[in-house]
Amino acid sequence: MPMPNSDHIKVKVWRGDAGGGSFAEFEVPQQPAQTVLDVVTWIQRHADSTLSYRFACRVGMCGSCAMMVNGIPRWTCRTHVNKVVQDNRLTVEPLRNLPVIKDLACDMSEFFDKWKRAEGQFSGTNTRAQAVAAISPAEPARRAANAAIECINCAICYAACDVVSWNPGYLGPAALNRAWSLQNDSRDRRHGERLRAISADGGCLSCHSQQGCASYCPNELNPTASIAGLKKMAASAFFRSR
Amino acid sequence: MKAHRRQPLYLAFLLHRLSGLGLALFLPLHFYVLGRALAGEAAFDEALSWTEGPLVKLAEFGLVFLLAVHFFGGLRLLALENMPWSNQHKNYAALAVAIAFFIACGFLLRAV
Ligand code: SF4
Ligand code: SF4
Ligand code: FES
Repeated sequence: MPMPNSDHIKVKVWRGDAGGGSFAEFEVPQQPAQTVLDVVTWIQRHADSTLSYRFACRVGMCGSCAMMVNGIPRWTCRTHVNKVVQDNRLTVEPLRNLPVIKDLACDMSEFFDKWKRAEGQFSGTNTRAQAVAAISPAEPARRAANAAIECINCAICYAACDVVSWNPGYLGPAALNRAWSLQNDSRDRRHGERLRAISADGGCLSCHSQQGCASYCPNELNPTASIAGLKKMAASAFFRSR
Repeated sequence: MKAHRRQPLYLAFLLHRLSGLGLALFLPLHFYVLGRALAGEAAFDEALSWTEGPLVKLAEFGLVFLLAVHFFGGLRLLALENMPWSNQHKNYAALAVAIAFFIACGFLLRAV
């Protein structure tokens, strides 16, 4: 190992798989405008080619590069090292709340299965033969959907949510945020089914409104606000059914 | 505390939980003292006289704080879930703690 160097960052990287693992330490040369993803890529290219991690777009569009950086879930391709480095050190781990496949890559299946369980799929009423639905951008429902729509499925909110760690059946912020945007889509015809799905055990009523999800969402979405909206929908459906 | 939890509304959540727990633990004691009233005036007075000590007064300050912080924190959550969304919840949570502290201090000043 080279001598500690101030123009090098000390990086602890979690190595292992579903069975367990431990941290490996690397010294990575500092570069201007370097991102955490650049650091991980440097390690894989120059120090240990067996390191597994995931990324695709490198510009904050695909949502595949999320990792825990110094204990906080972040999109690593858009996280500059100088914003998060502490005493010249970085700790990089796989996302919380998801099973690890290997090293920094975790298994996202349960995250996406929960989108399905929350009825996160659009199902329209019109066919392509019909005219495009006219929805005014000023409509309150459209505005509510708009606030929730820019999700890149990165699972950062899912990793930040303690209710997910306490209750593995909880749908989690991203799936519920998605359900909220569809509940506000007047073209969708499964509002009733979706409302039942998200009011069931492990649905929106399990959220404690701590807003960890909203604090770390890289696209500045607020799943807590969406979930609060779903709670209101669920409550009014309950009272209407009495 | 884990890094991802170090944000104001997680602390508000924690305070709400712990104050609720504190109040729940206090309830049996409260009922016991009230129950002494059934055993006659003397027994009740004796139980009450125990509450005159300074340490108990300080504990009362804590108790009033717990009650107030749980009350105003609960109001905040009710507002969050039943009123139009607001982005001010960090401020509201801080306000709830400030009011609770104010009330508890007022109580302590009257108590001494
Ligand atoms: S606000 Fe709800 S969904 Fe978001 S982190 Fe907290 S419990 Fe999870
Ligand atoms: S809501 Fe935000 S943090 Fe959660 S998956 Fe979507 S983009 Fe990522
Ligand atoms: S690599 Fe696509 S969002 Fe980071």
